Amino acid sequence: MRFYVQKLLFYVAAFWAALTLNFLIPRMMPGDPVSIILMKLAASGQPVTPETRQAIAIQLGGIGEGSWQSQYWRYLGNLAHGDLGVSISNYPVKVTDILQQALPWTITLIGLATVIAFLAGISLGIFAGWKRGSWLDNLIPAATAFQSVPYFWLALVLLLVFSRYLQWFPLGQGYDTMAFPILHPGLNWPFLSSAAYHAVLPALTIVLSSVAGWMLGMRNMMVSTLSEDYILTAQAKGLKPGRVRFTYAARNAVLPSLSGFAISLGFVVAGSIVTEQVFSYPGIGFQMWKAVSNNDYPLMQGTFLVISVAVLGANLLVDLLLGLIDPRTRARS
Amino acid sequence: MSNTPDPTPGTPPLAPPDLDLVEETGAVERVIERRRSITSLLPSRSPKLIAGLVILAVIVLYAIVMPHFVMDPRAISTDMLKPPGYGGHLLGTNQAGQDIWAQLAYGTGGSLVIGLTVGALATVLSAFFGVFGAYVGGAVDEGFALFTNVILVIPGLPLTIVIGNYVPVQQRGLFLISVVLAITSWAGSARVLRSVTMSVRNRDYVAAARISGEKTWRVLVVEILPNLIPVMASQLIFSVIFAILGEAGLSFLGLGANGTYTLGTILYFANQSLALTQGAWWWFIPPGLMIALLGMALSLVNFSIDEIINPKLRQSTRAAQRKWGLTPAQIKKSQEENLR
Repeated sequence: MRFYVQKLLFYVAAFWAALTLNFLIPRMMPGDPVSIILMKLAASGQPVTPETRQAIAIQLGGIGEGSWQSQYWRYLGNLAHGDLGVSISNYPVKVTDILQQALPWTITLIGLATVIAFLAGISLGIFAGWKRGSWLDNLIPAATAFQSVPYFWLALVLLLVFSRYLQWFPLGQGYDTMAFPILHPGLNWPFLSSAAYHAVLPALTIVLSSVAGWMLGMRNMMVSTLSEDYILTAQAKGLKPGRVRFTYAARNAVLPSLSGFAISLGFVVAGSIVTEQVFSYPGIGFQMWKAVSNNDYPLMQGTFLVISVAVLGANLLVDLLLGLIDPRTRARS
Repeated sequence: MSNTPDPTPGTPPLAPPDLDLVEETGAVERVIERRRSITSLLPSRSPKLIAGLVILAVIVLYAIVMPHFVMDPRAISTDMLKPPGYGGHLLGTNQAGQDIWAQLAYGTGGSLVIGLTVGALATVLSAFFGVFGAYVGGAVDEGFALFTNVILVIPGLPLTIVIGNYVPVQQRGLFLISVVLAITSWAGSARVLRSVTMSVRNRDYVAAARISGEKTWRVLVVEILPNLIPVMASQLIFSVIFAILGEAGLSFLGLGANGTYTLGTILYFANQSLALTQGAWWWFIPPGLMIALLGMALSLVNFSIDEIINPKLRQSTRAAQRKWGLTPAQIKKSQEENLR
């Protein structure tokens, strides 16, 4: 029980840290978002009065209004009401509405791709570690080249080959925008199949880039685990190699991969944000890019919060799962 | 221990030789002799290491020497979007008729500078939070560990994007981007360094040094740090890869360093000018390939370092097993390697 309480408290602290960073960054950085928006307004020929300045400051969550403490409390209060402000580039759409539309796309894409990459990488790592020096094991240096490839570059290459030259897959978007002019036309078969068809290349990008990391980690842990005494005992008992490989070695070797999940997920999320931009995939990363290129500060802060919460949630789940399957983690706390 | 003139005081004392093996002490002494030389700290020569170092050396040389021989990467010409080989442009030209080979030469240098800066900064940060905290222990350690873990779970690139977007373009220089990337990338290394420091801290020779009244900084630097060098080297290389990839992603979103060529900015301009739909593959394939090559070379070097940190990874490979049970000289050699 103590383990679970500790974990929950830790993630509450991390959540608070993310919220506070989100509050502090706009106020500590040298750039003044209010002035930047005012300049944009002035450049487009709109009249700029002191009232405009105040109105924009309020829209941005009250930057520069009152003391830091009162700003912070107002910020937390707005968050508690689920109020992330109004998007500037899509005025007057609420940031929460945009995020609500984008989130399912990203969670489905990254979630599925991560699960596929994890399972494939772990299985490949088991075999590479089991047969040291086999062809699969010798493939590892080549696999790390994939790991060092930027996600978005791989996305560009896949698009060039499969969409532009072979024309097997579409060049972008999350679904066929011609056939479905209205966003979210419902969960019916034609729409879902169109979405799945459009998701193949983005998912392939994420899987190809992240599978090597899982594979390498698992392979190294397999090698370390195989020299343990209990493996020797299992072999001496005359157990079948398959049983030793999976039930004795792989089960123990997979645990560090799970506890290193936080670092790996950070990489996948980072890569996916940029990948979504290449594919114009209607997810959170694409919205973040749009927010960045339009200086849409409320939307950008909203996407940062949503990504942080999602990553924290995924890590919490994995931590709890690890506590469930590995009693040692519980005992240590 | 402070009075002994031992050149490598961080070396854990070897177990005393068995009485039956008195005739072997000569070999053990030779091993100790070898440990004292600097070469014992270096990774053993392996095909992976050599391949990695050669690729790395070629790329670094390219980045240093090539900018002196190419034309101005900003020079605009009328040869727009020409394929490789056209009019003396080795890798063709971009939308504005600029030479991509020249841009690649400058961009590789920019990416390497960012990678090294971030690597150095992140290593210093991770050493401070990982090693210092774990050595001091108590509330400081608890606090540092909590801080490290919180930073670790907050997604790095989104944070970098948010910070980068609030910095005005004019101030977004190479160094500022490096600092931002370093701030978001040290936590993973710090966690590893902390656990290694914890185990080194409890060894007898460290306790002996403490009891003999050595100062904290001296115990840290002279007794503990040498044991961490392989781990830190591996982390350094890893953060260089991370930084080059992170910078490329950041630049690709238009938040890169202002006024400098990096591999990421070339890709950004290629994407902005729809190089893909125009089929100008020579514009965006080379920079990405360069990043991949650089990353692969660094990973190959890292493999060799990993084999130092974790000897299980290097023993009993098939190649090593074939060595076993051959001539007595070879057995002796492999024994020495196992001792090491």
